[in-house]
Amino acid sequence: MGWFLRRIAQSIVMLWVVISLVFLSIHFVPGDPVELLLAQDGATPDPAMVEVVRGQLGLDRPLHEQYVKKLGDLLRFDLGKSIVDESSVGKEVARRLPRTLELIAAAGLLSLLIGLPAGVLAALRPASLFSRMANLASGTAQSIPVFVIGTLFVITFAQLLGWLPAGGFVAFERDPAKHLLLLIMPATTIAVGLSAIVFRITRASMLDVLPLDFIRTARAKGVPRRRVILQHALRNALMPVITVFALQLGGLLAGTVLVETVFNWPGLSGMLVSGVNARDYPVVTGVIVVVAAFYIGLNLLVDILYGLTDPRVRK
Amino acid sequence: MRKIFSAPSGILLLTMVLGALLAPVLPLQDPLAMDMSGRFAGPSANHWLGQDDYGRDLLSRLVYALRGAILISGSSAVLAAVIGISIGVIAGYVRGFSEMLSLRIMDVILCFPPLLLAMLAATLYGAGPQTLVPVLALVFVPSFTRVAHASVMTVRAMDYVDAVKLMGAPSRRIIFRTILPNVSGPLFVQFSFVVAMSVVLESGLSYLGLGVLPPEPSLGMMIGAARATFLTEPWLLLAPCILLSVLILVLNAFCDHLRHLLDPRRSAGS
Repeated sequence: MGWFLRRIAQSIVMLWVVISLVFLSIHFVPGDPVELLLAQDGATPDPAMVEVVRGQLGLDRPLHEQYVKKLGDLLRFDLGKSIVDESSVGKEVARRLPRTLELIAAAGLLSLLIGLPAGVLAALRPASLFSRMANLASGTAQSIPVFVIGTLFVITFAQLLGWLPAGGFVAFERDPAKHLLLLIMPATTIAVGLSAIVFRITRASMLDVLPLDFIRTARAKGVPRRRVILQHALRNALMPVITVFALQLGGLLAGTVLVETVFNWPGLSGMLVSGVNARDYPVVTGVIVVVAAFYIGLNLLVDILYGLTDPRVRK
Repeated sequence: MRKIFSAPSGILLLTMVLGALLAPVLPLQDPLAMDMSGRFAGPSANHWLGQDDYGRDLLSRLVYALRGAILISGSSAVLAAVIGISIGVIAGYVRGFSEMLSLRIMDVILCFPPLLLAMLAATLYGAGPQTLVPVLALVFVPSFTRVAHASVMTVRAMDYVDAVKLMGAPSRRIIFRTILPNVSGPLFVQFSFVVAMSVVLESGLSYLGLGVLPPEPSLGMMIGAARATFLTEPWLLLAPCILLSVLILVLNAFCDHLRHLLDPRRSAGS
C-alpha cells in the first residue's frame, strides 16, 4: 500500500511542478511579457491596452499573490480567460477534449487490431516472408512524419479516388454515419505509426516468451497450439506492449495536433494552434496544463497496473 | 570509422549532409529568387525540377530546406548532447543530492510532450529558428542525461575505474579519459536517434507555421503550402514529402546500424 501512495504523491508533486513552471514561464521572458504578447509585427502596442491585459492576466499584482490565485483557480478547474475574445478557456477545452480523445481512442483500437495479430504472427515465424515484409513496413511507417502520411491520405483517398471526405467534423448526434466517415482518415493516419510500434513490441516480446520452458511444458502436456499461443504466451508477452502503448497514447494527446490540423478535426489542437498564432497565453497554457495532467495521470495508471500485476515493481 | 559509413545508410547520410552543407557553393539557383512569369513552370535547363507557386527554383529550395533541417536538428542535437551528457556524467559520478536533483529535473521536462513545449516557447518568444534550436535542445537534454547517467553507473563500478582512482588520478582525468570513452557507444546511438527525432519535430512545427519562417525554405512548410495546388502540381507536394521521409528513414537506418556495430554482444562474437 505504501508503494501506491508514494507513487500517487509523486505524480501530484510532478503535476504541481509542471503547473508552476508553466505559470512562471511568462515571467522567464525578458522584458515586459504583456507588451511582448501584444506586439504584433514589431509594432509597439497601445499602452492602455497593455494595462487592460495586464489586469486580465492578474500580472499587476505581486508574484506570490498571482501564484496562489492561479493554483486556487486550477483546483476549481478554472483555466482562465482568452486574451483575444475573453471566452472561458476551461469551457472550450471541455468542448474540444472529447473529440481529441475520441480520435485517439479510435486510432488506438485500430492500431491494436493491426499491430497485435501481426506481431504474434511475425514472432511465430520470424524468418517468413510475412515477418520480413512486416518488419520493413513498420520501420518505414515509423519514419514517415504523421502529417506527411495524412497529406498523402487526403490526396489519395479524397482528391484522387473521392472515396472519403478530405476532412472536417460533424457531431455524432447530428449525423452518426457522416461522423464516423470523417473519423476514418485521421484515425487511420495516427494508427499507421502507432500500429508499427505495437507490432514491434509485440513481436519482440513474443520472441522473448516463446522459447521459455513453460511454453514447452504446456505443449508437452497436450494443450492445443492455438491455446498455448493465445493464453500462455501472448498473455505473458502483453505487459511490455501495454506499457509502451499507454505511454504512446499519452504522447498522442499532443501528437494529434498535426493530424487534427491536416484534417480540420476541431479537437484541442485548433485551439492550441490559433492560440499560439495569436500569442494567446492563457489558451496555450490552459491546454498544456490539461494535456500534461492527462499525461502524468496515464503514467501513474500504467505504473499502478504494473504494480498490481507484478509485485517485484513495488520496491 | 570506415565501418560506420560504409553501410548504405551511412553513404546516403553522408551524401545528404555534404550536399546540404555545400549548398552555398553548389551551382544552384537562389532559393528565394521569385519569377512570376515562371509560376509552376515544368523542368527546364535552368530549373531541373521546375518552379513553385512563386516561380522559385524547386531543386534549390529542396536542397536549402534539407540544409535547414540538418543544421537546425544537428545544432540542437549537439547542444542537447553537450548539456545532457555533462549533467548525466556528473550525476552518475558524483551521486548524492546533485544526482537526485538533476534526474528529477529531467523527469519534469519529460512531462511535457515535446511539441507542446515548442508551442509554448513559440507563444512566449515568437516563432523562428532562434526559438527552435534552444527548445529542441531542451526537449532532448533528458534523453542524453538518462543514457549517460545509466552508462556511467555501470562503468564506474568497473575495476579499471577503481584502479585509475587508486593511482591517484584527478576526477577530471577519470571522467574524460576513463569513463567517457567507455560510455560513448550508446551516446552516439542516442545522438543519431535525437537528430532524427528533431528533424520530425522541426518539420512538424514548420508545417504548422511555427518553425522556420517564410520565405526561408523548409520541408514541412513546403508540404503545407503545396497541398492547395496538388491536383495541378502534384510534384510540388510529393518532392518535399519524399525528401523528408527519406531523410528520416536514412537517419533511423543509420541509428540501427550504429547500434548493431556498437553492441558488445555482437562484436565479441565476430
